[in-house]
Amino acid sequence: MTIKTKILERPTMGFLQKIYLPEILRGVWITSRHFWKNLFFHFLHWLGVFRAIQAAVTIMYPESRRPVTPRSRTRHRLTKRMDGSPRCVACMMCETICPARCIYIVAGEHPDPTIEKQALNFTIDLGKCVYCGFCVEACPEDAIHMDTKILEIAAYSRERMVLDMNELLNPHLGVRGGPEHTSCPRIEGIRGNPEYTRLAKS
Amino acid sequence: MILITIFLAVAVFALVLSFAALHTWIERKQSAVMQDRIGANRATITLPWKWAAPINWVLRPVNQLGLFHPIADAIKMFMKEDYIPPYGDRFLHTLAPLLSLTFALVGFAAIPFGDELVIGSLRIPLQVAPINVAVLYLFAMASMGVYGVILAGFSSNSNYAFLGSVRAASQMLAYEITLGATIVGIVMIYGSLDLQEIVRAQGKLLFGWLPCWGIFVQPIGFFLFLAAALAETKRIPYDLPEGESEIVGYFTEYSSMKFGMFFFTDFIETIMIACLAATLFLGGWQVPYLGAAGFEFPWQAVVALPQFVVALLQVAAFVFKVVFFCWLFMTVRWTLPRFRYDQLMALGWKGLFPVSLANIVVTATVLMFL
Repeated sequence: MTIKTKILERPTMGFLQKIYLPEILRGVWITSRHFWKNLFFHFLHWLGVFRAIQAAVTIMYPESRRPVTPRSRTRHRLTKRMDGSPRCVACMMCETICPARCIYIVAGEHPDPTIEKQALNFTIDLGKCVYCGFCVEACPEDAIHMDTKILEIAAYSRERMVLDMNELLNPHLGVRGGPEHTSCPRIEGIRGNPEYTRLAKS
Repeated sequence: MILITIFLAVAVFALVLSFAALHTWIERKQSAVMQDRIGANRATITLPWKWAAPINWVLRPVNQLGLFHPIADAIKMFMKEDYIPPYGDRFLHTLAPLLSLTFALVGFAAIPFGDELVIGSLRIPLQVAPINVAVLYLFAMASMGVYGVILAGFSSNSNYAFLGSVRAASQMLAYEITLGATIVGIVMIYGSLDLQEIVRAQGKLLFGWLPCWGIFVQPIGFFLFLAAALAETKRIPYDLPEGESEIVGYFTEYSSMKFGMFFFTDFIETIMIACLAATLFLGGWQVPYLGAAGFEFPWQAVVALPQFVVALLQVAAFVFKVVFFCWLFMTVRWTLPRFRYDQLMALGWKGLFPVSLANIVVTATVLMFL
């Protein structure tokens, strides 16, 4: 099969384009139409009517957020049984499959002799995590989920990116405003964070 | 009389400066609204105390509109380090922004913003300096603005800044000639170099119903003036001298409030050009059909008004026209992309200048046979 070539004509400017003025007026017409329409609806919003019609596409970020889809992979959490104990049985599946090797599990004896193991500590280093979701896929116990909708994962040091078991079991612990208003992966608020005060001083 | 002049001068100065400061806000907000955004609104002042609730109630709309951003800008500018390049000329480096700002500001003295205010036996001309060659004075001051630009590049001891200033100077000179040539038509038609006289002459009616404004008698001159005037203000689409973030311009070596003064000069020049466009082409303070004694409509209807209402209407009309032109310049600035330098020069020398010369010839011919 031969390759068909389609030769595109370069658009040439006619007289009206060359003298700029009609084209400039057209452009100014478009932008000023947007301007007056948006201004009109901003004014109506200020009066408290027609709020359903958007005048701006802006989402005022920390106050209001874009909705997160349910299937998007966000910060991890460990699920619990009905009695509140962690579902994790320390089978090491997630630690094994993790391509970033950011999961560290310390396994230990369960007090109940009929249950083989339990996780004494479960640590995820978010600084290494690539959010592939393999750990969720691999888990035979449905013990790890990535559905907290916490997207703001930032800290002032690498150590602070490491989440321990308590934080994973209670994902919204210490996060300002609960599930809808998250800002910091750590239990401490940003003001009480010694790292923050040190940086602010320097 | 001298006290009144000083009062007028201070009032005009304060108004122009505050409007220029507001221009930074207009620039942010207008661009935002044009592009379906909200715009800067994070510079807020809220008092933490409980008794301050009424004050907070007053501050809230100001916060929401982002009106504290000009103040935040000013604070930022003053707080920054004022850096003078080590081998630059200290004196000239400091002088350059001052020259720019001063020559942009003194022009406003010659702009008439109203006819006359009569209080008892006192007749106050609503113009700071009634100069009978105001057009020449304005253009002289506008041309002096190039000095600030040249000096800024020259004293910075930076080749890039120097080249930027040379570029800026050649652009400003090229477009100043066109600007001067477009005014000639207006001066010929109204037969005066006095701006107040030009505005008064625009109060006459053409064919008994059309106000004799510059835009109606010199339509081509109006568009040429707008095109050339935008180049004078060094803003997009002619912002090659500064080029915001992409091009190294003449104030590369400037920081802190000295940079702020160059920035401010741009806005003041924009207002200056808006004033000039309103004065020369949109009848300045003329309200259509408004005479000294009130409205006299072409259909023989007459509405008599007291003199101070007439003066007030005239000043309001002038301010409205100036604000309209500022809005138009801002819209153009956020609509068009930048010219390339050769396109800029070609447009100036091969496009606008010959057309403005032809405009003079046609105007002269028509005036001769009329």
